Amino acid sequence: MKKYSNTRATLAIAVASFRSIMRSPSAVVFSLAFPLIFIIVFANIGGGAISVDVGVAKTCDTSRADSLYQAIKQISIIHLEKNQSAAEMAQNLKKGDLDAIMDIQKHSTPPYYTLDIKYTTASAQKDGILSSLLDGMFFQINSKGNTVRQPIAELKEATVQGRAYKYIDFILPGMLGFSLLSSGVFGTAFVFLSLRLTLVIKRFFATPVKRYSIVIGEGLARLVFSWIGALFIITVGYYFFGFTLVHGLTTVVNMLILSAFGLIIFMGFGFIISGIAKNESTIPPLSNIVTLPQFLLSGTFFATTAFPSWLRGLADILPLTYLNHAMRQVAFEGAGLGGVTHDLLILGIWFIIIYAVAVKTFKWE
Amino acid sequence: MAKQPIITVKNLVKNYGDFEAVKGISFEVYDGEIFGLLGPNGAGKTTTLEVIETLREKTSGEVTVDGLSIDHDTDKIKQRIGVQLQAAGYYPNLNLSELIKLFCGLYGIDKTPAEMLGKVALTDKAKAKYKDLSGGQKQRFSIATTLINNPKIIFLDEPTTGLDPQARRNLWDLIREIRDHGTTVVITTHYMDEAEELCDRVAFVDGGHIVGIDTPNHFIDELVASGFERKKEVKLANLEDVFITLTGKEWREG
Repeated sequence: MKKYSNTRATLAIAVASFRSIMRSPSAVVFSLAFPLIFIIVFANIGGGAISVDVGVAKTCDTSRADSLYQAIKQISIIHLEKNQSAAEMAQNLKKGDLDAIMDIQKHSTPPYYTLDIKYTTASAQKDGILSSLLDGMFFQINSKGNTVRQPIAELKEATVQGRAYKYIDFILPGMLGFSLLSSGVFGTAFVFLSLRLTLVIKRFFATPVKRYSIVIGEGLARLVFSWIGALFIITVGYYFFGFTLVHGLTTVVNMLILSAFGLIIFMGFGFIISGIAKNESTIPPLSNIVTLPQFLLSGTFFATTAFPSWLRGLADILPLTYLNHAMRQVAFEGAGLGGVTHDLLILGIWFIIIYAVAVKTFKWE
Repeated sequence: MAKQPIITVKNLVKNYGDFEAVKGISFEVYDGEIFGLLGPNGAGKTTTLEVIETLREKTSGEVTVDGLSIDHDTDKIKQRIGVQLQAAGYYPNLNLSELIKLFCGLYGIDKTPAEMLGKVALTDKAKAKYKDLSGGQKQRFSIATTLINNPKIIFLDEPTTGLDPQARRNLWDLIREIRDHGTTVVITTHYMDEAEELCDRVAFVDGGHIVGIDTPNHFIDELVASGFERKKEVKLANLEDVFITLTGKEWREG
């Protein structure tokens, strides 16, 4: 008699699960269609059509041709508003009719310019873009125009190098994170609960298959599916919306590796929910408790920098925040996996916590 | 020919918390027979089967399957038995062919879907989904999945519940055919006519105990010898005979 192969059993489950996922409308809609729709909608708002309205304070130094003011004026998506009174500007800023008010002061000693910029919570999303733009620009100015002084250490991280930060560069990694989160949490929870309730797992146990084969087989199928989804989203983003891939294919591979880390952690939430849920109708509310806060707070659509500090504190706990951050570092800043070790470390801590809970709560039958 | 026991159950006890589902039952199943476990709901039939199938831990007692103890050799036992669970579903969104391939992988056996589906006359349903099959087809497909690993014993838990008379008879033929190929069949059922027709031997289970074990004919003879008489005059046919005569024997696909 041939020796029993656990690998073969695992792969058989992976193939079955993959086929099943591909034929499940909800999985395809959540992982491919939704992120794509979000990207199309937001990238079209974010490209060309978007303008960040910045009020120029009366005290602002607009004089010289080579000044900071002129450089900001060159940025196409920034629209400068000079004809309002200070009171009007303050009012419009509150309402979000202006996205920011800036005031540049010139000095004879370094720093030669100081830029005071006032953002508004009424326009947090655009301010995220503006803040990124300015960050990049300041770095450029500090490193190019200043041969005497060393560039400031904090700014060194933002190696923007004059590339335009498009909204697609922000939204696409966020959408990848969202896709992984929903596939990992909803998909895993639904599949394992339904396999348990319909006694599919029990029937599996009547064969010589090992428990770990079932978990690994399912995970493998979901990973391959998520990778296909990620490649699809990246391809569409790259060719149709000009998504930036700093190191080309290497960046894509790094993003896929990050996707795998993210998916494994999010699947852990799915395992926990499938264990707690009594029936299929309790899965959506439980899954939403996990996914919605991360969806909204983890910098999927707009930068968390716009949040008040208490909300940022909350965002700084969530795993998707770190996955999104790592994705953006890798995709746009060109960081390798070694450059996002801080994010990976926190994701690692999440992994340990989640799976410790999952082992306790998961039910086989 | 001396009958060789292939399953031996001795003083099997199974408790769920304070509830005693099985209270020390003993029986043997002989190689090559169709053995029926009969009894009302909650009598402990399914629990007993699941312990023998290595799906549940026993509380105490001894069970051997094909000479292997359920205490140490669960993996080897699983390779030698086929299990059809009561009301079990199959992996969602897959067709029958793909499900057979999945089970081939789980058992580590090379069989083609066509071969397995052919055995249960479902060749033309290879691309159908399990949920779209009729009741009888579902049961035959379940039986096909139990046969993949050429088992010595198959366990069928209420396979004919909910089937119409034609589908039921069709399934009996299939089960007899499997027995005639040398596979031992252990079956549970609520239908006494079915047990009488199909089983070589039956055991009655009630309240976690075995209250009798013998061939159906012997049980009936014994009861008659004790002076039992049916209240109604025995008719030469029953209503099911009328049903089959009026609607024909051919089994219809749902």
